[in-house]
Amino acid sequence: MLSQSQSLFDPTITRRAVVDAFSKLNPLVQLKNPVMFIVAVGAVLSTMTVLRDVASGTFSGFTLQITLWLWFTVLFANFAEAIAEGRGKAQADTLRKTRSGSTARLLTQYPSLTEHRVVAAELKVGDVVLCEAGDNIPGDGEVIQGIASVNESAITGESAPVIREAGGDRSAVTGGTQVISDCIYVRITSEQGDSFLDRMIALVEGAQRQKTPNEIALSILLAALSIVFLLAVVTLKGFAYYSEIASGLTNSLLSIPVLIALLVCLIPTTIGGLLSAIGISGMDRLIQRNVIATSGRAVEAAGDVDVLLLDKTGTITFGNRMASEFIPANGVDAKRLAEAAQRSSLADETPEGRSIVVLAKELFGIRGHENTEHQTTFIPFTAQTRMSGVDVGIRSIRKGAADAVIKLVESYGSVFPADVKRAVEDIAKTGGTPLVVAEIVENKAVVLGVIHLKDVVKGGIKERFAELRKAGIRTVMITGDNPLTAAAIAAEAGVDDYIAEATPEIKLKRIRDEQAQGHLVAMVGDGTNDAPALAQADVGVAMNSGTQAAREAGNMVDLDNNPTKLLEVVEIGKQLLMTRGSLTTFSIANDVAKYFAIIPAIFATLYATNGTGALSALNIMRLATPESAILSAIIFNALIIVALIPLALRGVAYKPLPASTLLWKNFLLYGVGGIIVPFVGIKLIDMLVVVLHLV
Amino acid sequence: MQTTELLQIALYFGLLIILTPLIGGFMAKIFTGEKTWLTPVLTPVEGFIYKLSGVDDREEMSWKQYACALLVFNLLGFLAVFILMLTQAALPLNPQGVTGTSVLLALNTAVSFMTNTNWQAYSGEAALSYLTQMVGLGVQNFVSAATGIAVMVALARGIARKQGTSVGNFWVDLTRSTLYILLPLSLLLAIILISQGVVQSFGSYVQTTTLEGRSQMIPLGAAASQIAIKQLGTNGGGFFGVNSAHPFENPTPFSNFLQVFSILMLPAALTYTYGKIVGSVKQGWTLFAAMLVVLLIVLGVSLWSETQYNSVLQTAHQMEGKEQRFGVANSMLWGMTTTVASNGSVNAMHDSFSPLAGGMAMLNMMLGEVIFGGVGAGMYGMLMFVVITVFIAGLMVGRTPEYLGKKIEAFEVQMAMVAILAPSAVILIGTMIAVLIPQGLSSLNNQGPHGFSEILYAFTSAAGNNGSAFGGLTVDTPFYNIALSLGMLIGRFGVILPALAIAGSLVGKKYTPPSLGTFPTDKPLFVVLLLAVIGIVGALTFFPALSLGPIVEHLLMNSGKIF
Amino acid sequence: MKTTLIAFRLFLVMTLLTGVLYPLAVTGLGQGFFSHKANGSVLQGLQNKAIGSELLAQKFDSVIYFQSRPSACDYGTVASSASNKGPTSADLQKTAQERRTTFRVHNNLASDQEVPSEMVFASGSGLDPHISPEAARLQMSRVAKARGCNEEQTQALKQLVERSVKSPQFGMFGIPRVNVLQLNRAVDALR
Repeated sequence: MLSQSQSLFDPTITRRAVVDAFSKLNPLVQLKNPVMFIVAVGAVLSTMTVLRDVASGTFSGFTLQITLWLWFTVLFANFAEAIAEGRGKAQADTLRKTRSGSTARLLTQYPSLTEHRVVAAELKVGDVVLCEAGDNIPGDGEVIQGIASVNESAITGESAPVIREAGGDRSAVTGGTQVISDCIYVRITSEQGDSFLDRMIALVEGAQRQKTPNEIALSILLAALSIVFLLAVVTLKGFAYYSEIASGLTNSLLSIPVLIALLVCLIPTTIGGLLSAIGISGMDRLIQRNVIATSGRAVEAAGDVDVLLLDKTGTITFGNRMASEFIPANGVDAKRLAEAAQRSSLADETPEGRSIVVLAKELFGIRGHENTEHQTTFIPFTAQTRMSGVDVGIRSIRKGAADAVIKLVESYGSVFPADVKRAVEDIAKTGGTPLVVAEIVENKAVVLGVIHLKDVVKGGIKERFAELRKAGIRTVMITGDNPLTAAAIAAEAGVDDYIAEATPEIKLKRIRDEQAQGHLVAMVGDGTNDAPALAQADVGVAMNSGTQAAREAGNMVDLDNNPTKLLEVVEIGKQLLMTRGSLTTFSIANDVAKYFAIIPAIFATLYATNGTGALSALNIMRLATPESAILSAIIFNALIIVALIPLALRGVAYKPLPASTLLWKNFLLYGVGGIIVPFVGIKLIDMLVVVLHLV
Repeated sequence: MQTTELLQIALYFGLLIILTPLIGGFMAKIFTGEKTWLTPVLTPVEGFIYKLSGVDDREEMSWKQYACALLVFNLLGFLAVFILMLTQAALPLNPQGVTGTSVLLALNTAVSFMTNTNWQAYSGEAALSYLTQMVGLGVQNFVSAATGIAVMVALARGIARKQGTSVGNFWVDLTRSTLYILLPLSLLLAIILISQGVVQSFGSYVQTTTLEGRSQMIPLGAAASQIAIKQLGTNGGGFFGVNSAHPFENPTPFSNFLQVFSILMLPAALTYTYGKIVGSVKQGWTLFAAMLVVLLIVLGVSLWSETQYNSVLQTAHQMEGKEQRFGVANSMLWGMTTTVASNGSVNAMHDSFSPLAGGMAMLNMMLGEVIFGGVGAGMYGMLMFVVITVFIAGLMVGRTPEYLGKKIEAFEVQMAMVAILAPSAVILIGTMIAVLIPQGLSSLNNQGPHGFSEILYAFTSAAGNNGSAFGGLTVDTPFYNIALSLGMLIGRFGVILPALAIAGSLVGKKYTPPSLGTFPTDKPLFVVLLLAVIGIVGALTFFPALSLGPIVEHLLMNSGKIF
Repeated sequence: MKTTLIAFRLFLVMTLLTGVLYPLAVTGLGQGFFSHKANGSVLQGLQNKAIGSELLAQKFDSVIYFQSRPSACDYGTVASSASNKGPTSADLQKTAQERRTTFRVHNNLASDQEVPSEMVFASGSGLDPHISPEAARLQMSRVAKARGCNEEQTQALKQLVERSVKSPQFGMFGIPRVNVLQLNRAVDALR
């Protein structure tokens, strides 16, 4: 449900946003955004001027139009924010439906099974509830007994059920999800109203949205710039007064609406109007990728991360070793080895076992049903023997770790062949797992050869890491493998560093070390023992399938349980900051053109000779009349907000490039572009204004 | 322009580029405590100064302690000048028998010299005793410059120190700036200036009879010693009223070259010093490059403007207010140099510059005196713009901005904006009040747009702690003495305190090593960005004001309009 | 309190160092090595009387002397000043026009003769001791005539003017100029 993508302007959301744009005219709402507050105050003052003019019979259509466009500017900014929030609200509504009205089967005297039916909302932390197939889980909690498959599609949108069981790393359940089979006992771990679902609703609605550190800093910058321009415009009134007298003019050149128009054009309304929309849509983009951030701060931090701790399994490799090669012993036919290996693996349902069967079929066309004529006994793998195999009649086939097979072979008085030993070592050196296959017929053991099991690195991951490196992000692979294996996989995947034989303590220490050197670290974790590391990391993404502890410790939860998601999270974080920076640059750069539109216009009659003011020389856009110039500037200023809403919602395009390249690109696009665009835009609007006889 | 004039300008910038690393490197050694060739001579003196003053030179100060020491020390300087000016009639070294000044003039002058502005509402040869010039103003010339250097060094430390709480010791920074840098250089320059004809004497004025039989008084005084430090310390307060246009302050083209070079020498070299302290001279050169670009642009515009035909005065070689021994090119070089570098001494009257040349002088100051700027002051002012640039650029590459490994966050942005806003507010609000009230307008010497420029220039000069003037404006009036004093105080401490606060905040921040994701602040792109920010934040604020002053006057001049 | 005490003591030490010792040292060295210049470059006249400083302009309105640049403070030395008139000043326009006419009439020049800019506009210091070589040459015949020079004397005067032209210092600094007081003093000596 969350993953469904919505077009930028869904009709329902747009309709709601239009209404919200008006309700956001509430002064208390406006006050939160100093830039737009100035515009709103300006609009009110301008309106009062119009009313006064009407009363005194000096009404001018020009003043009215300025006033209207001032209001539009405010409304457009409100609309941008509303539409960004709207997408979140729509999602929140759907989430809320799953929560309402569910009841819980409370076991007051657990482990005694006396059951009380209560409303889910009355549950307290520590209560134990029973959930059987068909029941909704009434709140966030931990499975303390039993195992069940649970449908979490309400939260993740993923229809395949997941297993939840007591103990271990898959014990957390989420309120609002549904048990499909079996039954579990759940201890409630969060207060009502503070459950995962509640927080998610609040997050997507933006109700708890707090300004992030960068957003605060940017707001300060924008407020300060607004003050600078406020000063520039207010004092201009005084300067103009002097100049009017000096040039012998008797009338005032600067009416209140014109001054306000100038002010509104100069203060950074473009970024001011879109700032909150950018922030909201950043969170929204995460949610669309099924990642819930507990705060905007975390999203921003994701953009700053320069070290990624990635679990090998699942992120870098597919997570299973697969047979990649049969290496026969001297004098043994490769097909014979393959056949024996396949035979011994037929009953082996592990991914490794299956991959051997697949490889034998691929290489030698050996099929499963050829082996059914004899009486066969499968020998499963045990920790003691560290071998598995099959007995077919008098023939025993064993496959297993080299040292185990050596012991076996030697116990039959045979010699382990030197070439196989070498093959085993070679495989180990490259990080693979050698699986030796031996055959015992009539108390005689023969080593047939080695199966090369290999961790398969995901396609494209190496390129992805190379890109990250270009963007200044280091990747560190975490694995429980031995250093040799780890090194080989690290080299193949192209990570910058790896931690072999990793324990939670080592992970935590590594994070602290990196942080001590000033790096920002992101990691993915799921198990309880990951919790300290997740909490320590600047960005900790917990898998939704993980333990409650892990979910609490991290500052993001990935509903898809996909560790690769971390890379996308980083990109979204960067995109969020970039969008803010680029639009700020654009907004300020626009001022140049607006000055050249308005200054010559308002001083059109100052120090005039033959009716042309001296400052008309600055009218480099050749705008038709002073009125059309001012009107065009203010119209451009309002429309550019609307024009940039899609960009604010989608975010500026991010490519992992070195910072200096990225900066050049964005500087040219939004800085230089920001100077040129308004020149063109204002000129075009001016022509339109003339054609339509607006002034 | 003549070839020699072009050659001389080329020599000027060539020398500036060559001497920046030499002198800058020397200064860096002074502040990092390394040995220099002056160490053996001056270390005992330094130790003796600390002993006499009770300074513990190993003590480290937090930014607040540093600021507190600075404020107290400056307050004492203010009081000294203030009292000297009021009581000079009764004090020794007063051969001309000048009387005490008015309280407001004393206030204005004391603030002016304490803040390194050296705005002069008086004429030195007529209103001040030798004692006041020497013990009052001369001392402030040294210590106000040393204060600027100290603040810059503290800020550089705040950035450079990987983690800590202290930014240095104000007493030590002040003493070292004075003892190792300002004093030796001043001594050298003063002697060369005397060789060119600058007076240095405690004798009373000489009575002479001219060839045509009129009597002429030849003014004297300890001018050379004061002029040397006034240029090196970017103070700019002239010993004589007409400042460096006076033949006794600036007698020859060579003395002119030395002085105009001295104006920029330390501010330019401090970019290198800064680079050294933060551990990358490229960082210093980047700022140097940005400053140089602006200076070359404004110099080009002013030279172009000054050699255009003025249809009002019917000449393209406008010598009003200029000296024959300097000519137009040297007057422009000086005019631009002194205004970029918050020096404020003049060798030609800015009031009589062509409109755009005068406008460029104003623009230089409006940019916040960060193009080389005052000694130290220019660098810390420029760093305020760097903070804003880094912040915007950082966002543009999708990362919490950091400068030299230190994160730039809300507090830094806030302080930097205060530092940029404070002088701007002084200029705009001050000018507006002055053009609206009779007390402001009655001081005008010119009418029309040029009159507006005179007032705008005065507040710009005060806020930028420059001290140069469109001299026609009568400023020894209660209104201007008070308003400009206020402007100078805000322009000085409204930047110093935020700069120190940033130093204190940055010094406590963790150092983040640079990666490919950090955008480099030592590349041409950064120069472009920095200039864009300075242009937009600095210049756009004043575009309306400038268009009603110099710009409209330029346009009117072309059509022959007079006022 | 400790800070104030240190500040006070250090301020006194600095005052002594930079406000007393430093200027005294400079004065000592200056008086020792460049006594003439340190004391105002005062010129002695024919009767060994001080006739002014070679660095400060004097007023010359007699026809027998070369004229200095106009001075907005009428060559006053305590204190001197400039006109500070701006480029669109009506006053300055009028003054400049008058000075041009006067210079032409005074020196018997054609009405379309270009008058050197420095003779039209007042100097910054009001005490600029120099004029351009061109301005000196334009005044020469008037001076010669006023002094009743014969052909030979006029030639000598001409040579004197050319000799008194100072080229840019070290071949690079400043522009060519003539010191009016020194020229007039030499002219007086010519007799």
